[in-house]
Amino acid sequence: MAESRTRTYLGVPMYRPRVAFFEFSSCEGCQLQILNNESTLLDFLSLVEVVNFREAMTEQSEDYEIAFVEGSITRDDEIKRLKRIRKNAKTLVAMGSCACFGGVNQLKNRFRNPAGVKREVYGAHPVDSGPVRAVEDVVGVDLRIYGCPVSKDEVEKMVLHIAIGKSIVVPKYPVCMECKRNENICLFEFGEPCLGPVTRAGCDSWCPSNRAGCWGCRGPAEDVNLRQMIRIMEEHGFSEETITDRLECFGGFLSLMKPERGKGG
Amino acid sequence: MIFRVFEKEELRQLFDILSDHNRVVGPVEAGRDRNGRPVYAFSDVREFNDIRLNHTVTKLPAKRYFLPFKEDLATFTIEKDNWHKSIAYNIERPFVLFGLHPCDINALNKLDKVLLHSVYPMPYYAAKRKNMFIIGLDCVPQPYCFCRSMGADTALHGFDMFITDLGSRYFVEILTDTAYNFLRHIRTEEPGEEDHILYMKVVAERNEKFTAHVDTTDLAKILDMEFQSDVWKYWGDRCLACGTCANVCPTCYCYGVEETVEINLKGARKTKMLYSCNVIDFAEVAGGHNFRPERHTRLKYRYYHKHRGFVEAFEESLCVGCGRCGESCLADITVPEVIASVRGSGGNE
Repeated sequence: MAESRTRTYLGVPMYRPRVAFFEFSSCEGCQLQILNNESTLLDFLSLVEVVNFREAMTEQSEDYEIAFVEGSITRDDEIKRLKRIRKNAKTLVAMGSCACFGGVNQLKNRFRNPAGVKREVYGAHPVDSGPVRAVEDVVGVDLRIYGCPVSKDEVEKMVLHIAIGKSIVVPKYPVCMECKRNENICLFEFGEPCLGPVTRAGCDSWCPSNRAGCWGCRGPAEDVNLRQMIRIMEEHGFSEETITDRLECFGGFLSLMKPERGKGG
Repeated sequence: MIFRVFEKEELRQLFDILSDHNRVVGPVEAGRDRNGRPVYAFSDVREFNDIRLNHTVTKLPAKRYFLPFKEDLATFTIEKDNWHKSIAYNIERPFVLFGLHPCDINALNKLDKVLLHSVYPMPYYAAKRKNMFIIGLDCVPQPYCFCRSMGADTALHGFDMFITDLGSRYFVEILTDTAYNFLRHIRTEEPGEEDHILYMKVVAERNEKFTAHVDTTDLAKILDMEFQSDVWKYWGDRCLACGTCANVCPTCYCYGVEETVEINLKGARKTKMLYSCNVIDFAEVAGGHNFRPERHTRLKYRYYHKHRGFVEAFEESLCVGCGRCGESCLADITVPEVIASVRGSGGNE
């Protein structure tokens, strides 16, 4: 992986950052997603110097500039570890829905009796874990990569832009823009619920293109009209449960729905 | 203008002749909606039977064959310290559009004014638009169609031939020698007096079926007067700012350009993507300032471009009244209602 010779782009030497990947409470699927596309993996790895990547290598180092953090924060030891990473890294990137909003994990914050749930799940082998928090609720975050899982293309693009000094742009508009671009027929026409009109684009309407309504894993687009979205879903005959399930699933919309429950901890 | 009439079974023959050597695009049934109604879309057609001649408005217009949602304006190959640029207009040869309604033909005519006949024509559009063989087809007005209000219910040009169903036979209007020569391969005849009478009867019956209307009298001026009207806030509160209205519009042509570098650093591309003035960052400029951060101001500007600015520039509106935006809008924002509310005649609950 070590490539000492400095690479150039259009004759200009490129910045080859030392990067590290870390995982907290998550499935580590986002990290696997990065390793997923073998056709571009070597190109990707030549742009950066990876010093920490549990899913891919055994060596470890604390000398890194960019930390990609996957997962939500649920335990005290995680807080300690995250703060240390924040201290070491110049740039901290929250990678994936869990890191950005708590992800699917934050659903457990809904339980009124967490102790009882824990007993039911873990029985005689208790696990020390508290309410789920997003990374930004514990330390400062410089950059967010949305999605469950993240899209490899988007991660590659961000890293490439860091390397060549190009600004990083994430769509501000909702999934509908990409869905129409992909010439899909609106899923509401078929009577299926979809959060495409309020969810941040960037996934290339992955789910709706496969005829599955959007669950909002990338969180809200900017300037969303959530009130109107809920009204439309009600008018289409979807139950409150269906609507709430979707909006709460990944945690991205919580801050817009019920401010008091938006930020854990 | 040359008119002919022909027996209905001859149309299949015409299709076969055209599709023998050409790509044919036409309206097909893409599925059924939640109420069991057919959903139509333009698509490549190989069999005449797949074409739905009785199609109602397609969800997406035929615009994408001329203005793709996404297309590369240029690609670059990078070698060491140097680079080479190549430009392609992204079309190999013209094809046949079989069955465009008058609104969709008029939409192309409006796009021509901006993209073909303006000071700076767009070669990517021109390359696709020129020589495209277009067969127009008459339609049955739907409850959401207000093309008649916009003067777009009949097409005078912008097609090669236009077919009207007389019931027992087809009446065809021929505008180009290409169409004339193709029609020589099927049996057609000179229309007689009775065909003319039948044609006028069909047209009159069609006119009866328009139910949606937009009062365009002095509309450009009224929009000027009502710039600060509260009705814009009302519609802005409803708007999802999802951009769907522009994406399904046959005349919206605004776009954004993005430059991307390939991960192997050996190539780059400049990509054009159709955009929508309703989405949040449409009027965001370098440095981050957004001229239209509020939804209602963005929605308003879409109406102003279509019904005021374009009218001042070209003496016609940039709306053909196909009704697609209103039909696709999950928030039920329709042009007739918005315009009526601005005119102070209802629509604003």
